[in-house]
Amino acid sequence: MMRGLLPRAVRLLAVLVAVTFASFSMVSLLPGDTVTAVLGARASEEDKAAAREELHLDDPLPVRYARWVGDAVQGDLGTSFRTRQPVTEAIGQRIWVTLELVLISQLIALLLAVPMAIFGALRPGSWLDRVLSGTQLAMLATPGYLVAVALMAIFAVQLGWFDTTGYTPFGESPFANLKSLLLPSIALALEQVALFARVLRTDLVNTFDMDFIWFARAKGNSTRRIVLNHALRPSSIGVVTLTGISVGRMIGGTVLVETIFALPGLGRFTIDAINNRDFVSLQGAVVVLTVGFVLVNFLADILHGVLDPRIRHSVRPT
Amino acid sequence: MTATLARGSHPTDAPALSADELLAAPRLGVMVWVSIVWLAVLAFVALFADVLPFLDPADTRAGIPLSIPTGQNWLGTDQLGRDLLSRTVYGARVSIVVGLCAVLISSFVGGAIGLMAGYFKRRVETVSIFSADVLMAFPTVLLAASIVAFTQSRGLPTVVFAIALIYLGPTIRIVRALTLSIANREFVLAARSLGATNARVIRREIAPNVIPTLLSMMIVAVAGAVVAEGGLAYLNLSVAPPTPSWGSMIASGQPKLDVSLYPVLIPGGALFLTVLSLTLIGDAIQKRQGRNLGAI
Repeated sequence: MMRGLLPRAVRLLAVLVAVTFASFSMVSLLPGDTVTAVLGARASEEDKAAAREELHLDDPLPVRYARWVGDAVQGDLGTSFRTRQPVTEAIGQRIWVTLELVLISQLIALLLAVPMAIFGALRPGSWLDRVLSGTQLAMLATPGYLVAVALMAIFAVQLGWFDTTGYTPFGESPFANLKSLLLPSIALALEQVALFARVLRTDLVNTFDMDFIWFARAKGNSTRRIVLNHALRPSSIGVVTLTGISVGRMIGGTVLVETIFALPGLGRFTIDAINNRDFVSLQGAVVVLTVGFVLVNFLADILHGVLDPRIRHSVRPT
Repeated sequence: MTATLARGSHPTDAPALSADELLAAPRLGVMVWVSIVWLAVLAFVALFADVLPFLDPADTRAGIPLSIPTGQNWLGTDQLGRDLLSRTVYGARVSIVVGLCAVLISSFVGGAIGLMAGYFKRRVETVSIFSADVLMAFPTVLLAASIVAFTQSRGLPTVVFAIALIYLGPTIRIVRALTLSIANREFVLAARSLGATNARVIRREIAPNVIPTLLSMMIVAVAGAVVAEGGLAYLNLSVAPPTPSWGSMIASGQPKLDVSLYPVLIPGGALFLTVLSLTLIGDAIQKRQGRNLGAI
């Protein structure tokens, strides 16, 4: 396993360098005069000179990048020229909302997708399977932001069960916190449900046809036991990979869902940064979200090998 | 002579149906036909919106603000009194143009890079797969939104470019994988041993086997691009107002949901039906080709 891990780690490092450089370029390679783009056209000459100094614009690009990475790994992503707040601090205040949102919706997605996949896979082609597949296709075709607005229209505006916007921190009131995140999480989860259920169903159908399942059945195990103890684990590899990949889609989704429900998370922070032309904050948020996504994918890759011994041992066929 | 020989040696278990076979194939489900009709109607009204008797989409005196459907405003009006039917029709233009152009660009560029990568392997492959990985490392909406913010322009070309970039990475990867599976087949070897140049092998042997699968993938990608454009528009990062776009219509209708559902329901419904139609068609074609690329 370690032999397979090393080239992957090298690749990971290369991708990280490339994405951080791309994020870094966001401020350093802005079209036109960087300082004017960052500060706006009406900034005074002193402010411009100070900003030039702060961004080290007089140094060559590689030096600037190296310095920026050095600061970033020490937790310094610069200071916003708009709010004068350190970007790391601003991100630290908001990242928990986004993490909680992503975690809850992945949980909802799995809770809905696993039973859907199992019931579909038990009788492939039955009416239940076809209804479930149709539902999944419809879910796949509905953009998360549309679901978000629809949920808001029904449950917050018409029925009044939830507030349309607003967020309560977990520490203040765990119940109110979950309540404020429930609709956004469902909106984020539905697309995942469909993706997970489709992949897991296909994998389960294939697994059900394998010899060891027939053997387990011949021994007289109940269907329930066969599904839960024998079939689910070897069938879960596709879903694990997908979880990694789908985190990127989800991060994109949080940008919209947080904006719709006015949640003070990282996604909304990014959009605010774009709208305020706060490039230093934008760069910081993009780098945090992207590096997080790359690392999650890497973890999913490793987990892949843990779940399936065949992959673990056949990384380098000898 | 070379060409006939090489083509004659195509195996019968070709990986995908040709475009002709696909179009000629009967027995598409009812839902797929309904989808095709919806897309055709949408394309027709969007294309001839100027000629057809629609109200002016920017006219704020088209009706009473936030009215329900009436004889004058068939689908109601928005909070400024603009006609929702004509705004949705004109909004379809943005969705269609962005969806088609973005996917065409990413398919052309990504397809070419993927073919090269899968055919020439070695350094070409390393570089292109690495670039694809880097592109795919960025969360999709974030990538597009950052591009729009970075270029500081909100014209149609910027939006198209930003969304094309989302699909470039996956296209490179998939086309490369397809090419790899074909490049080692006997008929390719036969063509090469007959002295065909690389360009000829790619054009005559490999591309015809890759393109049908790429086409079915493109249909699903158009659905994704339409969704992405809607998302950018919701965030006010797509084409600038007053040009109507479904996403921005939804965004501006949202605060008035307690008064009227129509400003959100109409563009949202159009978006839903369009994306569902494209998904159903793409799904049907992929089932026919016997592959499932949905998860990639």
